[in-house]
Amino acid sequence: MNYIIGAFKPACSITVSFGDGKSRKQVALKKDNGKTVLMPVFHSQDTISGKISIEPNSGKKVEHNGIKVELLGQIEMYFDRGNFYDFTSLVRELDVPGEIYERKTFPFEFSTVEMPYETYNGANVRLRYVLKVSISRNYGGSIVEYQDFVVRNYAPTPSINNSIKMEVGIEDCLHIEFEYNKSKYHLKDVIVGKIYFLLVRIKIKNMDLEIRRRESTGSGSNTHVETETLAKFELMDGAPVRGESIPIRLFLSPYELAPTYSNINNKFSVKYYLNLVLVDEEDRRYFKQQEITMYRLSETS
Amino acid sequence: MISDGVVEDEEKWLSAGIAGLQQNAFYMHRALDSNNLKDALKYSAQMLSELRTSRLSPHKYYELYMRAFDELRKLEIFFKEETGRGCSIVELYELVQHAGNILPRLYLLCTVGSVYIKSKEAPAKDVLKDLVEMCRGIQHPLRGLFLRSYLSQVSRDKLPDIGSEYEGDADTVMDAVEFVLQNFTEMNKLWVRMQHQGPAREKDKRGKERGELRDLVGKNLHVLSQIEGVDLEMYKEIVLPRVLEQVVNCKDELAQYYLMDCIIQVFPDEYHLQTLETLLNACPQLQASVDVETVLSRLMERLSNYAASGSEVLPEFFQVEAFAKLNNAIGKVIEAQENMPIAGVVTLYASLLKFTLQVHPDRLDYIDQILGACVKKLSGREKLDESKATKQIVALLSAPLEKYKDIDTALNLSNYPRIMECLNDGTHKEMANVIVQNIMKNKTCISTAEKVDALFELIKGLIRDLDGDTHDELDEDFIEEQNSVARLIQMLHSDDPEEMLKVIQTVRKHILTGGRKRHPYTVPPLIFSSLKLVRRLERQDESVSGDEVSTTPKKIFQLVTQTIEALTSIPVPELALGLYLQCAEAANDCDLEPVAYEFFTQAYILYEEEITDSKTQVTSIHLIIGTLQRMHVFGVENRDALTHKATGYSAKLLKKPDQCRAVYACSHLFWLDDHDSIRDGERVLLCLKRSLRIANAVQQMANATRGSSGSALLFIEILNKYLYFYEKGVSQITVESIQDLIKLIRNEMQGDASPSDPAADAFLASTLLYIQFQKDKGGAVGDKYMLITD
Repeated sequence: MNYIIGAFKPACSITVSFGDGKSRKQVALKKDNGKTVLMPVFHSQDTISGKISIEPNSGKKVEHNGIKVELLGQIEMYFDRGNFYDFTSLVRELDVPGEIYERKTFPFEFSTVEMPYETYNGANVRLRYVLKVSISRNYGGSIVEYQDFVVRNYAPTPSINNSIKMEVGIEDCLHIEFEYNKSKYHLKDVIVGKIYFLLVRIKIKNMDLEIRRRESTGSGSNTHVETETLAKFELMDGAPVRGESIPIRLFLSPYELAPTYSNINNKFSVKYYLNLVLVDEEDRRYFKQQEITMYRLSETS
Repeated sequence: MISDGVVEDEEKWLSAGIAGLQQNAFYMHRALDSNNLKDALKYSAQMLSELRTSRLSPHKYYELYMRAFDELRKLEIFFKEETGRGCSIVELYELVQHAGNILPRLYLLCTVGSVYIKSKEAPAKDVLKDLVEMCRGIQHPLRGLFLRSYLSQVSRDKLPDIGSEYEGDADTVMDAVEFVLQNFTEMNKLWVRMQHQGPAREKDKRGKERGELRDLVGKNLHVLSQIEGVDLEMYKEIVLPRVLEQVVNCKDELAQYYLMDCIIQVFPDEYHLQTLETLLNACPQLQASVDVETVLSRLMERLSNYAASGSEVLPEFFQVEAFAKLNNAIGKVIEAQENMPIAGVVTLYASLLKFTLQVHPDRLDYIDQILGACVKKLSGREKLDESKATKQIVALLSAPLEKYKDIDTALNLSNYPRIMECLNDGTHKEMANVIVQNIMKNKTCISTAEKVDALFELIKGLIRDLDGDTHDELDEDFIEEQNSVARLIQMLHSDDPEEMLKVIQTVRKHILTGGRKRHPYTVPPLIFSSLKLVRRLERQDESVSGDEVSTTPKKIFQLVTQTIEALTSIPVPELALGLYLQCAEAANDCDLEPVAYEFFTQAYILYEEEITDSKTQVTSIHLIIGTLQRMHVFGVENRDALTHKATGYSAKLLKKPDQCRAVYACSHLFWLDDHDSIRDGERVLLCLKRSLRIANAVQQMANATRGSSGSALLFIEILNKYLYFYEKGVSQITVESIQDLIKLIRNEMQGDASPSDPAADAFLASTLLYIQFQKDKGGAVGDKYMLITD
């Protein structure tokens, strides 16, 4: 069997290392196979540089028609798996056609790369950034190696951030007024607010606040919407009477949230909602959903 | 059966809860031991989730809560250590809030909050405020009450009170008070709400369950009272108004009653006194079903005790016009609660009265005012029959008596008799008894006719039959009562004879209405009281020759005669006879011969006509003889007539021994030591001889009927009489006759047929001993006795 494996063994191994790999922040990211791996984080306008070393296996030489590295930003829809749509594509030639006998290292650099979108792994869509190293050969096909990295973009503190205040109800049954202190929250923010009961004629058992993520993919008639509940937080236990006000304080940090993405490259959008749910004694649910905008605040600020 | 099932299920749920709790507590401990904060939080939250159950009754829930409470103490210690290990308390405070379920989250928050305050990294007031606010998330009454009670428990020693290490800047006490007040308010709301949730058929059960929880709510008031910084000013301006607002607004019967009582019990007396108006104003605003009377009674009781604690506090009472305020409030409460039972009304007035007696002992007008208000409420109703109400009314009426120890004061209260009017017969009697007992206990002297009149009017329940009360049996109670009245009559006394006569007349007027049942008890003391007056007059007459005074013995005797006549309608002749004799003696002392004669006549008539029982005859005749012997007022004729009659009666007694004794007793009628005119030795001898004859006849009769002679006792008795008169120097009594008699006695006693009679032996022996003794004494008497030889 060994020789067969040997036959399919790539002719060389390619490793990509980033220039500031040691100091750069890394985050865990879940791969397709379910494993989490640590990956370096970049921001838009960052310069991505590093070294690529190619080492032929067991002393063989590698003949090639040129080596290049590409920086790709790709969107993959799960209904069309394997088919990547590149929204960013940059190329650097590393070597002219020739032969490699021994380990050879090529430096590379993509300076101030525009990476407007963040890495995202959703229910139906994936957005990823990858460095693709290809050694093109005449025979045996090209040798390709991918190195993923993560992009995260900070947003400034929004200049306008109004509170959400609303009165809702079912006539002669339930009237509540609720207030969330902001409409835009950063990922480690705290939602503070309160619910004021104006009229209660139903026997409420409890009240929860849910954070829901709504991911819509495709466009037009092909639009596909997937909603996930990311957090369920009990706000109230028992039945309030008229005039009660219930405080809300929900820390967002424990939940895996990402910023709101609207219409990424005309392919998909991700929105967040706060869903206030009241459950009565017969397990009927009364709810009101309210969109909030999530943004990523620079961690240093 | 059904409830059994519920109880069993509850047991099951409780043990399941405890098991779950213990299991998670075990994991928690493991996490604590390995300093694993994340796991500690996870398992503690899971442990606390057991408290989310809705299936347990308060009692069982408490059991579960207490277990969780113990575990939380350990967790608190861990948190404290954790902050020492570099985990900031602020972080920890956030971390516990990540828990998804609210109840465990809030328990953990309170626990960390406690550590937070201790760390002093943030002002205590901010943490407390946050905690008490966040706890609003629990709207379930039972769970909310326990959570807030936990909060109260962990924060008790961390309030930013004056002098506390958590004291902050200015107005820091305010924060402490605010915190406790808010927690109290929220707890009370939950507690009240409990009543209204769930099916209607379990209402009573819920009421009971709520009763078990009330101390959780009341604890807050206790905490408030313990806050050092709550001074009078703050209590008056903030604490009390806020608490009362909550009490009034919750509109819940159970809560209002309990909390009012709590307020009264936990705060100091002087605070109550200074805020009396505020406190009282709340009372009429309470629900109609609230037992306000008990609440107010307790308040007044407390204030009374406070007033009793020392005279230095009394000015405080005057300063705040406590009486006026209380009186006013009671009026309002009674007005506001139309359905208040009469017992409640009376309780209120009784408490107010006690209070007034304690605080204003000098203000009789206040007391009368209270009684007046009470009368107003009582009049126009049926007479009180309810036992609770009557008990209270007796308390109400007894209070002034106990306080003043003087019926005089009560008699000055114009409304006192009017309340008595409202009582039913039984109570009236009971009350009258109390009054009489009081007089006797305190030895009150009532000295004017007017007061006596009022008094007897007051105790008329004892003096006469009230309507419809016609049972005839003379039970012990009745006798006891009438004896009391008799003693009461003896207590009436005036130094002024004229007034005393009026008193007597008044008493007479009253007791004559008493009916035959009572007369045997009440007439004698009146008679004796009258005779006492007669004797007093007699003594005075010697010094003051006051013929102008209208009070003369004669007049009194007339009155007395009429009074005794009242007895004749009842078959108690022996009593009347005795009284007549007493009167005769008094008349004798006053030198009123005709009066005395008249009394004797009456006595004789009674003897002849009414006294038929032989035993009674014997005692009566001895009484007559005894009295007659002492009479010196009679002239020879009158005396002869009376003595003649008396000896006649004596000789006609049924039994011979009785005859014998009566006759020898009669001998005394003819020989008075201190009266020269009455010394008739002949007739003395005659009597004695006659008695001897009778004694002989007795012996013969005994021989005839029983074959043995009777006792020599009679002879010995006669011998003693002989000796007596001999000693007195009655010449007709000779030495020989005495010696003969002694011989006779010896014969009688030594005769074969005579039975041995130790009493007679002893009697004879001591009589002989006496003779010997007199002989040994020597002197004139001794000489006389020397003549007697055996």
